[in-house]
Amino acid sequence: MALLEVKGLSINFGGLHAVDDFSIKIEKGELYGLIGPNGAGKTTFFNLITGVYKPTSGTILLDGKDITGKNTIQINKAGIARTFQNIRLFKELSVLDNVKAGLHNRYKYSTAEGIFRLPRFFKTEKAMDEEALRLLKVFDLDDEASVKASNLPYGKQRKLEIARALATKPKLLLLDEPAAGMNPHETAELMETIRFVRDNFDMTILLIEHDMSLVSVVCEKLSVLNFGQLLCEGETSTVLSNPEVITAYLGE
Amino acid sequence: MKTKSKLIKPYTKKSFITYALLIAVFTIVQLILNFGKMSFMMQSLLVPLCVYSILAVSLNLTVGILGELSLGQAGFMCIGAYSGALFSSLMKEAIPEAMVRFPIAILLGGLCAALFGVLIGIPVLRLRGDYLAIVTLAFGEIIKNICASLYLGKDAEGFHLSIKSAADMNMAPDGKMIINGALGLNGTPKDSNFTVAFIILLITVIIAYNFVYSRTGRAVMSIRDNRIAAESVGLNITKYKLITFGLTAFLAGVAGVIYSHNFSTLQASKFDYNMSILILVFVVLGGIGSIRGSVIAAVVLTLIPELLRETIGNYRMLFYAVILIAMMLVTSNSKLKGRITAYTNKLKGLIKKEKKGEIK
Ligand SMILES: Nc1ncnc2c1ncn2[C@@H]1O[C@H](COP(=O)(O)OP(=O)(O)OP(=O)(O)O)[C@@H](O)[C@H]1O
Ligand SMILES: [Mg+2]
Repeated sequence: MALLEVKGLSINFGGLHAVDDFSIKIEKGELYGLIGPNGAGKTTFFNLITGVYKPTSGTILLDGKDITGKNTIQINKAGIARTFQNIRLFKELSVLDNVKAGLHNRYKYSTAEGIFRLPRFFKTEKAMDEEALRLLKVFDLDDEASVKASNLPYGKQRKLEIARALATKPKLLLLDEPAAGMNPHETAELMETIRFVRDNFDMTILLIEHDMSLVSVVCEKLSVLNFGQLLCEGETSTVLSNPEVITAYLGE
Repeated sequence: MKTKSKLIKPYTKKSFITYALLIAVFTIVQLILNFGKMSFMMQSLLVPLCVYSILAVSLNLTVGILGELSLGQAGFMCIGAYSGALFSSLMKEAIPEAMVRFPIAILLGGLCAALFGVLIGIPVLRLRGDYLAIVTLAFGEIIKNICASLYLGKDAEGFHLSIKSAADMNMAPDGKMIINGALGLNGTPKDSNFTVAFIILLITVIIAYNFVYSRTGRAVMSIRDNRIAAESVGLNITKYKLITFGLTAFLAGVAGVIYSHNFSTLQASKFDYNMSILILVFVVLGGIGSIRGSVIAAVVLTLIPELLRETIGNYRMLFYAVILIAMMLVTSNSKLKGRITAYTNKLKGLIKKEKKGEIK
């Protein structure tokens, strides 16, 4: 069974078919790329499968369960986590607390236990600190744990977003242009990290990216969106040599 | 594990400095009181200072930590004041011991206010935008007006209630008035004093710090910083907004109970719009999100007009306005703020250098 199976997904924004009868099937453990020109509907697709927008038609199955129409919180609990094209960190919180916010639903104690500093507070916070630091280490951010998130350089902010998403222990990780704004060196590092996460966290990853050098190296399969519709899909090398794709996207 | 100790430090340091400051001020005030060196006017301000500080700290949870604007602080205070005072005056005979009665009154007043907070919060906090400010503003005025037209009496037959007039209650002429409309509540036992008010203030500050630096506080600040990202990691927005707003209402209710037990008469007209704005001014000028700042602003801005009254009489409000504007400029003007932090950093550097020298 595919981990993510989307069938006939559509949404209209007042006459604009931002996503139009789009289908995709992603197997567990795959590193899948979603590409397409600006305004093709890639981010809108992410917003649809994470419950930010409700689709006008279509179904979304995660691990065989129908999650169509569920809200963002339910969908995160079902196992999808994401990053954003325009970075959305908890700006005033420390790097560590950003990740701990992602751990929120996995490590629990009540508000009263927190206010009265009962033993479970100390025990749980300690466990959260350890897990958060372990995650930060993967992204080489553990030295900046106590830095305010907004004070991080851009490339590290993107990494922190991934760490925060991973903290929710998703089955499927969605990355919206993870390399945007990074220099070639940072991009190369990021590719390593993405592979590392897939292998060591047992993760399935779907990423949107404009940087073709990253896509062609990292992604095993690709889907191409154009004007909200699927243009073609398949093995990365096959898709990238498809003349239709080249004219729609690469040739521009 | 060098990093770990670094992580826990900022919170413990910040909160413990505040606790130490509070206790130091309390001790000094007690000493001055013991030597009989405090003017009567200053003595009468001690409990209100604690009350205003509690109100400011509690409002800061909603304004600074949750990032929602509330203008209903006086309303919650009013509910706490009325329910607590009513309980105490009814239970004066049944529970003669103030040490037992007063804590119950405080809890009861807080819980009543929290109940209203949650009831308002459930519909309003779901909405995006500044609806909370509008609704709480209306709520405060409504509560004040209802309380000001409340009549409650007791005679041989039992309780009589009316929201029209004393005559409307149909109470026997020998009955006892408990709440008398705009004249308010009479005969509340004077259970408040500076020590009790201070202890409650200290507990409030501890609760506030512990709340902010806990799993719940982290969720609340995440929601404040980025609602969409908070949802994407599975944080229940409405739940955490309600918890915060409920806690703010609870603490405001507690402040109301202390306030009402400081005087033998209680009138609803005290809890008007100006009071809510005043508390908001404390929070803004003390620094949004800064708990210590809230207490300092509440104390300083309450003391200044009173001290000015003694010295320059009628011109005091003029000076007060000038001071408010000056504080506003200092706290909001980034250039000035930068210059001040530069100075304080320089000072800190000097102090640190001295310390280093000492060690070697
Ligand atoms: N909430 C919305 N309301 C109206 N139109 C929208 C909304 N969200 C997206 N759109 C439109 O839908 C289309 C697809 O936008 P989307 O952000 O999904 O593109 P994209 O493929 O992510 O492009 P880019 O590569 O620039 O990020 C655009 O024309 C956009 O203007
Ligand atoms: Mg996009």
